Amino acid sequence: MKIDALMMDEKDNVITCVREVKKGETVKYRNGDQECEITAEEDIPFCHKIALGDLEQDGVVIKYGEMIGRTLRPIKKGCLVDHTNIYSVPRDYESEMIREEK
Amino acid sequence: MKFWGYRRSDGTVGIRNHVLILPACACGSETCRVVASQVRGAVNIIFNTGCSDVAANTAMSQKVLTGFACNPNVYGVVIIGLGCETVPHKELREKIQKMTDKPVVSFGIQEEGGTLKTIEKAVRAARNMAAQAALQQKEECDVSELLVGIECGGSDATSGIAANPAVGEMSDLLVDMGASTMMSETIEFIGGEHVLARRGATPEIHNQIIRICQEYEKHLAGAGQNCRAGQPTPGNKAGGLSTIDEKSLGCIRKGGTRPVVEVIEQAARPTKKGAVIMDTAGYDISSVTSMVAGGCSAIVFTTGRGTPTGNAIVPVLKVTANKKTYHNMEDNMDVDLSAIIDGTATIQECGKMLVDEILQISSGKLTKAEAYGFSDIAVDHVCRFV
Repeated sequence: MKIDALMMDEKDNVITCVREVKKGETVKYRNGDQECEITAEEDIPFCHKIALGDLEQDGVVIKYGEMIGRTLRPIKKGCLVDHTNIYSVPRDYESEMIREEK
Repeated sequence: MKFWGYRRSDGTVGIRNHVLILPACACGSETCRVVASQVRGAVNIIFNTGCSDVAANTAMSQKVLTGFACNPNVYGVVIIGLGCETVPHKELREKIQKMTDKPVVSFGIQEEGGTLKTIEKAVRAARNMAAQAALQQKEECDVSELLVGIECGGSDATSGIAANPAVGEMSDLLVDMGASTMMSETIEFIGGEHVLARRGATPEIHNQIIRICQEYEKHLAGAGQNCRAGQPTPGNKAGGLSTIDEKSLGCIRKGGTRPVVEVIEQAARPTKKGAVIMDTAGYDISSVTSMVAGGCSAIVFTTGRGTPTGNAIVPVLKVTANKKTYHNMEDNMDVDLSAIIDGTATIQECGKMLVDEILQISSGKLTKAEAYGFSDIAVDHVCRFV
């Protein structure tokens, strides 16, 4: 199957377009062995992300099965997800440490 | 799975059988180049340090020099020093002789009476070593005897979604067959270190992964520098990387998903089998230098924009998922993974294909950088020269 986007992990709520997609176009991708599609509600540049569902404000954006950031405002299904509408959640090293059994 | 390699007396397996012409300091580099050019089977290193260094820098350059000499791809070593380097060539030779029983000889340019006299002696020594090296027969070895370094450089938007995941798949397959892989570039973990840490085989290793990132940032802050400023870069954002988390997650995917069994310092040799992390700079040439010193016998190198880099001791296999780059720089690129982007191959299929490719390289197939005789070296520094 010719694909238009890659899903990096089945937990992801965004996919990454592997060609330039125009508003209104159908975007085909694979979720495991399943063939899926979604309609682009905006132009999506090459290697940019598209939301697979409606994301509420401050919602978690997942790629590679992990949080890559939270949304600055609601993002509709099929819309562009990029640096202008998501942010990196600050973390600190100390809080990431876990207990070491002695 | 099997390959044809060179068994060493310390139990490691080399995939090349080089005579290494090794400078003890920068001043020996050019003489080494001339010596290597005269002897088939010899390779040389250009070294940028070995003098006018604080103790920590000297310790680092010594680790790299001894590590290069002990690399399983090296049959024997001809050292050339100047005579006033921080660690004299004789001392370096004795250090290497304590670590390995391969043939090692050394010369000093000042003692010998200049470059030409040194070249004459060193060429004879290298010629004799190369003649003996040529007699060593390859043996059939199991894939589990490989230690493969994993690197990325000149990345673009395709690296994190295609080339790195494919190499990560290759790493998982190799580890599952009992081999070892080494991922480095600590600076590129930052933002995704909490995810990478979850691969730690023990709570100690989990915390070590976090700590090397913390220490790296502290180190740079000590010199008033900040590695987070401007991350992701405007170019990254334009290429589709929205946060530092996304960028780092794409980088660390090249190391696969298997448990991390050990975190080692730069240029150190792993003591465990499996997926290993080495604490290095993000600078690709420096990171490869450290991994070669740590004993990797091959490097798989993902790139998006394309790079010609190679290493004299270890073959560097260049892989890209950017079709344009593959065709634009076909004389430098070894493997085209753009089928992932086209949807005509999966990441899993490409991972398998990379295992086959690494086994061929291990049995002697030359990578492009290797065929050109490329030799890029950068020894990391703790602080300025003195």
